[in-house]
Amino acid sequence: MSDAAEGSVGIVAAQRVVIDTPLLLDCGRSLSRHELMIETYGTLNAERSNAVLICHALSGDHHAAGFHEAADRKPGWWDNCIGPGKPIDTNRFFVVALNNLGGCRGSTGPSTVDPQSGKPYGPDFPLLTVRDWVRSQAMLADRLGIARWAAVVGGSLGGMQVMQWAIDLPERIANAIVIAAAPQLSAQNIAFNEIARQAILSDPEFHGGHFYDHGVVPSRGLMLARMIGHITYLSDAAMRAKFGNELKVAVPSFNFDIEFEVESYLRYQGQAFVDRFDANTYLLMTKALDYFDPARDFGDRLELAFARTRARFLVVAFSSDWRFSPARSREIVKALVDAGRDVSYAVVDSQLGHDDFLMPIPQYHAVLRNYLLRVSDEVGATIGVPA
Amino acid sequence: MKLRADLEPIVDWIKPGSRILDLGCGDGMLLAHLRDAHGVRGYGMDIDPQNVASCIAAGVNVIQGDIDEGLHDFETASFDHVLMTQALQALQRPDEAIAEILRVGRTGIVTFPNFGHWRVRMALLRGRMPVTPALPSRWFDTPNIHLCTVSDFEALCAQRRWKILDRRLLNHAHRSGPANRIAPNLFSELAMYLLQAPATAGAAD
Repeated sequence: MSDAAEGSVGIVAAQRVVIDTPLLLDCGRSLSRHELMIETYGTLNAERSNAVLICHALSGDHHAAGFHEAADRKPGWWDNCIGPGKPIDTNRFFVVALNNLGGCRGSTGPSTVDPQSGKPYGPDFPLLTVRDWVRSQAMLADRLGIARWAAVVGGSLGGMQVMQWAIDLPERIANAIVIAAAPQLSAQNIAFNEIARQAILSDPEFHGGHFYDHGVVPSRGLMLARMIGHITYLSDAAMRAKFGNELKVAVPSFNFDIEFEVESYLRYQGQAFVDRFDANTYLLMTKALDYFDPARDFGDRLELAFARTRARFLVVAFSSDWRFSPARSREIVKALVDAGRDVSYAVVDSQLGHDDFLMPIPQYHAVLRNYLLRVSDEVGATIGVPA
Repeated sequence: MKLRADLEPIVDWIKPGSRILDLGCGDGMLLAHLRDAHGVRGYGMDIDPQNVASCIAAGVNVIQGDIDEGLHDFETASFDHVLMTQALQALQRPDEAIAEILRVGRTGIVTFPNFGHWRVRMALLRGRMPVTPALPSRWFDTPNIHLCTVSDFEALCAQRRWKILDRRLLNHAHRSGPANRIAPNLFSELAMYLLQAPATAGAAD
């Protein structure tokens, strides 16, 4: 339990998994084959009962923990939570993280080459839904020989995938850990996504999504999209604490150069994103968010959607998160209670906003740790001996 | 695990296999006991983050929330029993909480320390706020803001037409002795009530 026992998964290597089974998508199209980049941490036990799937959010990928090289400046995106002795304990669990279909970190997506045309798919890549991702992840589970996940875990858009798993494949998920999510997007959420999309679509260098052919990137649009996103990931209080309304210079220069700290931050975040993310993937991910609404097929009654589930649920929200506020998580909890499902709900006192789901907040990690210790006992995950 | 002595009488009121909501559930030990020994299913609710983490460690369903904000997230008559042990006196509006309990639960179980107990009265006669085994906090650090006596509570039930299906009035040893029967408001340290809303009274099985 002590922090001293916590460690890193160390140096990890990504693997490419080729899935040859045709995947029929919600949009009506199908992919005859697709590839997924994954990383795994820990050891699958003999009963194959200790596997945990990590679903990533809008801009995440398969590199969730550890380092690719010793010289890496930063570990995977959820390294504070995944590792030996950490809440998602790799001494107990076999952890699988992937880059979703449609991503831009090596899995099949708009920026990969379409074998038929020999050119990147670009805008011809089908738009996806959360349900499509669950289908693709289930094919990955088949490939890994995992009949049933001990837990599927995800924050934000990742939490939506967790809910969809529990609804669509109830026999294949024992525990659903839904963090900082919502049962569907609000009009305000969709509005922010739409502004982000318009920023990309209206960039002259977008070229209708065929920018690869022109050797350019719609960097201004993608940067703007990310800047908008970042505003929604932070609370007003956190921004105030971080940036105030400090001028970076002694006197105003009365022009549109960077003058305030927050401008500097947003431009930096936006620019850094352009260097690592694909504009078509960003469009696709925001649409998947907008389309998510598991109640839609059940007469807008979420409790009927959840009535199909068999998993135990843990729902976690953050007090300062206004993008997917605690009230949205309570909608999930209410529907689960109405459906008579097992659910626990914790609201973590937090400062940062939506981004808090990536932070090692003690209360948050205690809840995850306690919950997953129970899961570990249930599925007979024995503590492995670190190599 | 041995159940806390003051919770034992509650177990008699709870039907095996029933669906319950335990408000102010603490570390979830009552729910864990009811689940393991009586096949009871349900949820706890608690405002304290430590308690929530403890319930999760015990494998008990718990929903972090504030009773004073109401039970809006729970449908009418969606539980066989709604319990609230030793929390009534710490609420902003105990009367509204009981009304919510009796809306959501087909029966409500409410327990509280009796402020009419002779130890309390003795302390007040001496001109001091009582510090007793059932009320261990001092006046300046107590969470209790709405203490009541057995008589007060029953008067409120009568006024709101809440039906008292059963009650247990217990002494310091958490037993019901002859003195508790003769002068309950004077000799009972802990009061436990099984209640029902007027609209559903008579429909109990």
